[in-house]
Amino acid sequence: MTAVAPALSPSVDALRAAFGSAVLRAAVSCGDSIVWVAADRAHEILAWLKNTPGQTFNYLTDVTAVDYRDPDRPLEVSYQLRSLSRKADLRVKIPLDKAQPLAVDSVVDLWRGADWLEREVFDMFGVTFTGHPDLRRILMWDTYAEGHPLRKDFPLRGNFTRAEQTRQALAANPEAHYSMEELSIADAFNELPEDMKRRLLDGQRGELR
Amino acid sequence: MSTRTVEMALATPGLDERGRPSRLPLSIGQPGDDDMGAEHMLVNIGPQHPATHGVLRLVLELEGETVKRCIPHIGYLHSGFEKLGEYRHYNQIVPLTDRTDYLSPMANNVCLALAAEKLMGIEITERCQVLRVIACEMSRIISHLVWLGTTGIDLGAFTPFLWSFYQRERIYNLQEAWTGARLTTSLTRIGGMMADVPDGWEAGLRDFTATFTRTLDEVDTMFTRNSIWCGRTQGVGVLTAEEAINFSLSGPMLRASGVDYDVRKDRPYLGYETYDFDVPVGEHGDIYDRYRVRLEEMYQSNRILEQALDRLARLKGAPLNTDDHRVILPPKGRAMSDMEAMIHHFKQVMEGIPAPAGEAYLGVENPKGELGYYFVADGTAKPVRWRIRPPSFINLACLPKLCEGALLSDVIAINASVDIVMGEIDR
Repeated sequence: MTAVAPALSPSVDALRAAFGSAVLRAAVSCGDSIVWVAADRAHEILAWLKNTPGQTFNYLTDVTAVDYRDPDRPLEVSYQLRSLSRKADLRVKIPLDKAQPLAVDSVVDLWRGADWLEREVFDMFGVTFTGHPDLRRILMWDTYAEGHPLRKDFPLRGNFTRAEQTRQALAANPEAHYSMEELSIADAFNELPEDMKRRLLDGQRGELR
Repeated sequence: MSTRTVEMALATPGLDERGRPSRLPLSIGQPGDDDMGAEHMLVNIGPQHPATHGVLRLVLELEGETVKRCIPHIGYLHSGFEKLGEYRHYNQIVPLTDRTDYLSPMANNVCLALAAEKLMGIEITERCQVLRVIACEMSRIISHLVWLGTTGIDLGAFTPFLWSFYQRERIYNLQEAWTGARLTTSLTRIGGMMADVPDGWEAGLRDFTATFTRTLDEVDTMFTRNSIWCGRTQGVGVLTAEEAINFSLSGPMLRASGVDYDVRKDRPYLGYETYDFDVPVGEHGDIYDRYRVRLEEMYQSNRILEQALDRLARLKGAPLNTDDHRVILPPKGRAMSDMEAMIHHFKQVMEGIPAPAGEAYLGVENPKGELGYYFVADGTAKPVRWRIRPPSFINLACLPKLCEGALLSDVIAINASVDIVMGEIDR
């Protein structure tokens, strides 16, 4: 907490030497080193940071995203990395243009801990993580239709009116409690009545009727 | 037909001649077919189940009594704290942190204040640091005591639950005397504390630290060499050090697997580097080692508390809050009698404290693991983004891996050993 002159992490120079223009810019904020990288090479850069001797960012502290109040500013996916052996931190941020589909490569193959964290970013911001083994909503339910709550265009009270939210909650389809995958466990699907089977196969889980 | 639930459908293939739902036969295999492994069963635990420690729902695929797959469902307690934080001044976020990890509210308050102070570049006084250390270590003890008691109950030991909750009650009384609340403490403010400790409070905490470890010794006698306890916990839910790091685990979960990473030692805050304490590290990464690590952490927290109390006595009369008038309200007496002080008070409360544009991540060692608060500011008095790095959420994500191949009864023990709190997982 002392006011030491903030220094950029030496990893940023190493990144620039290895990846050139894929490293967009770097900054120090409140003592934390931040580096912005291009989305199409992000997975490559993160794998390099994890596996290169001298970098060894082996611990993924956090994955999150930031949607700025300025609607023209890109949404940023943020990886907080840590090297346990070197006791060094680095934040890697990937800017995503909101006019394009929001997508970035998943890093679950590098860090298993990214599994739920990326699912949460997908749930809350609508960022698709390409290659994620199980990209489902995690905090909101599967059939949640109001959008992605942490986006700035999502109002605090939600997109639906309170009356509509209540109506949907009361009309919720109990079939939505189990996924098709889970129903296959006990072979329960074959035991279901014909009309229920048909609706499940049509992907109508949780549909209002 | 559409009103029938799947639960009903699973148990009722049809109606009998009197119109009542008929039940599935208990075993479906052919007579003489003893290959129970052929039949996979779906078992749903929770979300309303005492052994899931909150509104956690687990869907298990069983082969006989062995867990083939575990699919956790979370979100039942989702409150949108991160979204709410974007609509509040920095000091107004403090009450939200009480409600995330509600088993250690004071430690969350401290983390929030530290993160906001890092963002704004504010230094706090030494006395404030000492009081915050006391708040953190008290929280660690009560959180671990809840873990100890409830895990004991999950594994069939009732008495240590009563002992640990009796000791927890003593800290809750101290917490109540200090903050006025047992759960929603809202203890910290940016640049200082909501309140100083009341007169004579230190004596109460000294009494606690002097006698508390006796209970830990008793629990140690009851559990550590107890053959039932060892049988239920040793070699169950094992994670190697590499797996624990790869799963981004933190806190006792990580250290039980043999990784010596404690934020208090590796990235010290609040002057933790000046306290004399040890970080227990396990070697097998099983439930037993997690128990040993948490038990030892309580002894170590007690040591830190004793040292902090000595420092507090030395700092008697020293200022508590920083003298930075951007963030600290004028004394109440002046605000009531002096026009400028009243305007200052009014503007600060109504407009909040603007933070310079920038971002800061600060992690602290909470009882559950590394709690991190990540602020992104744009120069206004409300954050653009307030991210909670929730240790329980990230620790729980390895549950499917831990449960794979375990017995159904071990799932309860494994889930207890992760030490989750749903308020923080669902936020």
